Amino acid sequence: MRARTNIILLAIVVLLVVAPVALRGRVTGSSQGRFIGSDTRAQEAVGEIAPSYAPWFRLPIAPPSPPAESALFALQAALGAGFLGYYLWARRGSKRSAGVPDDD
Amino acid sequence: MHIMEGFLPAAHAVGWTAASTPFVVVGLKSIAKKVKDEPESKMLLGVSGAFMFVLSALKLPSVTGSSSHPTGTGLGSIIFGPLAMAPVALVVLLFQALLLAHGGITTLGANVFSMGVVGPAVAYFTWRALRKVGAPLGVAVFSAAFIGDLVTYLVTSMQLAFAFPDPVSGFLGSAVKFIGVFAFTQIPIALAEGALTTVIFSYVRSYNRDELVRMGVLRAREVAA
Repeated sequence: MRARTNIILLAIVVLLVVAPVALRGRVTGSSQGRFIGSDTRAQEAVGEIAPSYAPWFRLPIAPPSPPAESALFALQAALGAGFLGYYLWARRGSKRSAGVPDDD
Repeated sequence: MHIMEGFLPAAHAVGWTAASTPFVVVGLKSIAKKVKDEPESKMLLGVSGAFMFVLSALKLPSVTGSSSHPTGTGLGSIIFGPLAMAPVALVVLLFQALLLAHGGITTLGANVFSMGVVGPAVAYFTWRALRKVGAPLGVAVFSAAFIGDLVTYLVTSMQLAFAFPDPVSGFLGSAVKFIGVFAFTQIPIALAEGALTTVIFSYVRSYNRDELVRMGVLRAREVAA
């Protein structure tokens, strides 16, 4: 029961991610090759509302390039996923050894 | 989703930092108490933090042609209550501000307030309300995460509108504009977040059911079967 529900839920996630990529241009009219972050769009909106506003602070350190930034995002996801994987693996193992059946 | 570095006037940056600080302090105390009462909850805290780490790192495309991030705060809000999420969100946001140039130090207070305070609070109360009326676990988890995600972005929109009211239509006009930027993009992403939170919760529920009962997340008779 749980396994089936989870598969359906994960399929929905995949669909939600794939659909925009598959439909791009047809629905949104966005001709660019990539999806612009909503935070960037918010920056543009600030520029329209308050054209004279200039960001007053900038960190001196920044990812050297867009690929480096993507790699750091991937690192963040990997750190979290690593811990989640460890949890799932360790708990499953300990349940098995304790003779407790999984409920899926 | 986060407000970018330098994109709040200094007075707002200071104000939101002051507003968020007490929640972080109270949140740390609440985490310390939970971990003391229930030592095994350390693992669950790790899982909640790791889940937030993964989800807030995902940049998902949306049907609007924009992309945005989930928040990942729903799971921890359900397990630890809303107060505990402010310090966890602070860690995640600090990591992103310093290493990824995403969000910022000057906007940290505002971003903690949306992602670590209001979003988790609404997620938690959604969870509690749905449990009270007898909604199935999965429905309550999904809805809490979905609504918490959307509310986080609504707060971000309000914060930006408050800082940048439209010269003609004022705060409201500006709020409509920022909600237009965030809300529609966010709906499918919040649905994905709801689904992912429900999946991970189903594992936590079966692997840590005794702890969840002792922490008051689940009722004893629900896990007896």
